[in-house]
Amino acid sequence: MNRQLHETAAVFLLRFTTYAIVGVVGYILLDIIRHGLPVINWAFLSEMPRRAGSEGGILPAIVGTLYLTLGTVAIALPVGIGTAIYLSEYAAPGRLTETIRLAITTLAGVPSIVFGLFGLGLFVLFCQFGPSLLAGSLTLACMVLPTIIVTSEESLRAVPQAFRQASLALGATKWEAIRTAVLPYSVSGIITGAILGIGRAAGETAPILLTVAAFFLPKLPGSIFDQVMALPYHLYILATQHPDTDKVLPLQYGTAFVLLAMVLGLSLGAILIRVHFRRKYKW
Amino acid sequence: MGRDRAIQIGFVGIASSSILVVALIFLFLFKEAAPFAKHPGLAALLDNQWIPVSFQKERFGILPLAAGTVLVTAIAMLVSVPLSALAAVYIAEVAHPLEREILKPFIELLASIPSVVLGFFGLVVLAPLIKQFFGLNTGLNALTGGLLLALMAIPTIVSVSEDAINSVPATYRNGSMALGASRMQTIWRVVVPAALPGILGAVMLGTGRVIGETMAVLMVTGNAALITANPLSPVRTMTASIAAEMGEVPFGSIHYQALFWVGIVLLLITFGLNFIARRISVRYGMMR
Repeated sequence: MNRQLHETAAVFLLRFTTYAIVGVVGYILLDIIRHGLPVINWAFLSEMPRRAGSEGGILPAIVGTLYLTLGTVAIALPVGIGTAIYLSEYAAPGRLTETIRLAITTLAGVPSIVFGLFGLGLFVLFCQFGPSLLAGSLTLACMVLPTIIVTSEESLRAVPQAFRQASLALGATKWEAIRTAVLPYSVSGIITGAILGIGRAAGETAPILLTVAAFFLPKLPGSIFDQVMALPYHLYILATQHPDTDKVLPLQYGTAFVLLAMVLGLSLGAILIRVHFRRKYKW
Repeated sequence: MGRDRAIQIGFVGIASSSILVVALIFLFLFKEAAPFAKHPGLAALLDNQWIPVSFQKERFGILPLAAGTVLVTAIAMLVSVPLSALAAVYIAEVAHPLEREILKPFIELLASIPSVVLGFFGLVVLAPLIKQFFGLNTGLNALTGGLLLALMAIPTIVSVSEDAINSVPATYRNGSMALGASRMQTIWRVVVPAALPGILGAVMLGTGRVIGETMAVLMVTGNAALITANPLSPVRTMTASIAAEMGEVPFGSIHYQALFWVGIVLLLITFGLNFIARRISVRYGMMR
């Protein structure tokens, strides 16, 4: 009897803790949605900010974040997929492979602000790109590289060995086998990795703080050497640097909501794609 | 055949770019920081005060910043480790399979909330609560920062620990149950000890994430470079100093170089933690 009671109490404690965490996550999301959603209208999304962000919309921040993430993926995706193909299809266990793996885990653990310092030193100053879309995208690309490599490699490894063997037995070269019998079946994982990378790049503030972001710039970027506004940085500025932070609270919530919707929408998209392809390909 | 060989070499080149990026990070951090070692010398970094802008004498001691990071990280880990461990055990061992399919992604959702959004939430919701609860002048202090960082560490620790618990062979559980142990006895005396290295690795990954976090701490810790153990005192972390001050320093100045040294210290700490976490997981076969 005593033992039974003990068991029930322990299960209760475990369940309570887990659902408390779930509750906190839910509360944060609800708070942002409840205060942010009413602010959202077409004008807020499509107008330029006025009076240092105190009025008007957030169009340049949305566009800036879109360009930044697209630039990031355009740079990181080819390198990430290439690395994943090497690790899953070519790499023999040995010192080079071990070093590459160590480099990837190291990259995954580098604090985002250190990426910012690195981007400032290499791209902004040494390469003389200045604070620009190009410097920011390159910096963010280095940051999301591990995410893209790991998810792509997993999906390449998930393709059964028999596919490769059958292809090789029919006379395909190694590369032909990879291109025709392996890559097409791992597209889902690669897309998932790319989307997760985009989500991470869209939400990061610290690296772009030092490499791209403009405080207040009510125009759209014209070239890759332009500075841009970005949603996360705009939120940071409105919440901490604005002279009258209480007055612009609705704008802060609105910006937070748009950013959150973008990032969580991407994560959700990644999950749905994974589920879809898991159903489509079964072996 | 020659073409295939060329393609393979091409892939080796692409894959090596990760090594190149890591090397460049170390190279450029040290390159920007280096002149500091000559003047005013590395000993200046061991000062016990961080006063980068001053009319008398600037002081660049990393100690107060490191103390801030340690205090905030300690609070975050004290809160997040027990909660995450319990949640991981629940999800892996107790939850209904369908429940697990929903719970794990939902907690992992927390990881994809941008840190600036969490910082914003901390600023407008959590900080006022803390201020009211303790009757303080301001809610911007180490405790608020630590609690927010706990939220960021939880998804990492839960997710990786749950994987570790899941990878404990079913025979362990069956054996324990067959000997008459109850479900809780099996969990706490057989399954959790077997998964302990993995849980430890998870805690280290979480710690690495917390130490490197920038925006949330920048927004809610109050940013005063003090050496203190009082969780209700404002502190300034290493990451927050870089983010807050780098925008205003002249490039190449001593202050600029000192901030790069702070970055190097951060990089070395997180590198060390990740290295140990990786060694643990390789050794206990939790990573391929």
